[in-house]
Amino acid sequence: MRNKAQAMAPIAKGLWSDGPPASLIGGRKENGEIVFPFPEEFSENVDAIVLSPSGTLWSWTSQEFEPKAPFAGLKPFVPFLLGYIELAGEVIVESRIVDTTIDKLRLGMPMELVIVPFDDHRCTYAFRPEQRA
Amino acid sequence: MNANVHIIGAGIHRFGRTEGRSGRAQGVHAVREALSDAGLEWADVGFASGGSVASGAADIMINDLGFTSVPFINVHNGCATGGSALTSAYNAIASGMCDVAVAVGFDKHERGAFNASPKAYGLPAWYGETGMMLTTQFFALKIQRYMQLYGISREALGKVAEKAFRNGALCDHAWRRSPVDLDTIMNAPMVNDPLTKYMFCSPAEGGVALVLANEKKMRELGSDGVKIASIAFRTRPEGSFEVFAPSIRTPPGGKPTEIASRAAFELAAIAPGDVDVAQLQDTESGAEIMHMAENGFCADGDQEEWLANGWSEIGGRLPINTDGGCLACGEPVGASGLRQVYENVQQLRGRAGDRQVPGDPKVGYSHVYGAPGLSAVAIVTR
Repeated sequence: MRNKAQAMAPIAKGLWSDGPPASLIGGRKENGEIVFPFPEEFSENVDAIVLSPSGTLWSWTSQEFEPKAPFAGLKPFVPFLLGYIELAGEVIVESRIVDTTIDKLRLGMPMELVIVPFDDHRCTYAFRPEQRA
Repeated sequence: MNANVHIIGAGIHRFGRTEGRSGRAQGVHAVREALSDAGLEWADVGFASGGSVASGAADIMINDLGFTSVPFINVHNGCATGGSALTSAYNAIASGMCDVAVAVGFDKHERGAFNASPKAYGLPAWYGETGMMLTTQFFALKIQRYMQLYGISREALGKVAEKAFRNGALCDHAWRRSPVDLDTIMNAPMVNDPLTKYMFCSPAEGGVALVLANEKKMRELGSDGVKIASIAFRTRPEGSFEVFAPSIRTPPGGKPTEIASRAAFELAAIAPGDVDVAQLQDTESGAEIMHMAENGFCADGDQEEWLANGWSEIGGRLPINTDGGCLACGEPVGASGLRQVYENVQQLRGRAGDRQVPGDPKVGYSHVYGAPGLSAVAIVTR
């Protein structure tokens, strides 16, 4: 099921497939190494692959001050969380982290991909702690 | 490495903010001071190499230093600008091209965190737009994981900064000249968790120059010289975790610092335990902690004990960042790596004043690290 954010324009084309479940799109190089995002250049021998929608928390931090340009987030600036999520056997991806607070984050905790609003008309990808039904 | 290349002159323009003086003028100041220290004139210099990241080309300095037709190579190599300039000057002497060479680095940056263009780094625009392309985030992400894996406390980060400001207060070329207590550091506004405002260095200004000579020239001049035992400059290996990475290979690869460090120790036939004073890249507190292990001075996790016992203080087992490092001096990128070597030269000559390492240090180690994943190590001996 598409969430509300997915009705907005993606921050860039080709970063994820809507699924379900929504999943990032990576590239598998000739040597088997997987990269994210799918490369814009030298991609002749890179295969597009759908990455796992879930992984584990590899590291995290907060962004407490408003970055200079080219940052294009909403004004006034709201601090946010970000980190790296390890998609087992695939690749470690950098991502915003949402729906949690920094004190709840632990190394190796399960995380899941979610598409979220970025500003008032665009959406982007993020990870959040896995929410078991 | 038996080339017998020596540093016979060292000059510095104080780091920090100097209104009304360009980065290049600060470089010229440093060159003049280094030549005067060596007892030489610009006309004696057979080769020069230098540069900046944000203050233009170094060879324009001949307008001020003199039109001697000296070959002058401009370096524009990010955080390795100083290391590359030193390597070129070293090679010029080692190859027999000349007897005297100069390496110079300088810079003058705007205030606030560096802002990078995604395109210049071969990255897509959305990466910058979404606020993930910040150097400060990388440092926080690297130390956060390291703290979890090896049991490093937040207080250890604070102690590194406290030491930096204490050492900077003793150092005439430092920018921050006042001690800052641990509580103030720990309770300062958070920049990128776990790093507070006082745990980060700031972009700054400054200039450093070194005069190098072969053994024959050094003897002829009767110079107060320090030998360059080795220099190793290395770029990143495949899969290493570096700044501006939308993804990292799993598992990650090696580290450029480990590679450069091993090479420098091997070339110099010196072991980490032989080092008497070290300057390690401390862009932020966590970097100094991780670089202690990456350079082979302790095992991962032992830093907690080192900091609790003051082993990296001046007078400790291995004094680290005796001039306050980047934290107290700020980071004029083009000059920063040469500042570390300058500090070791002064320490080995016994000229470090209030911050002098006791016991007549004989081996100095310097390490610079920067984007997009490079490291340069220099070992000097007396």
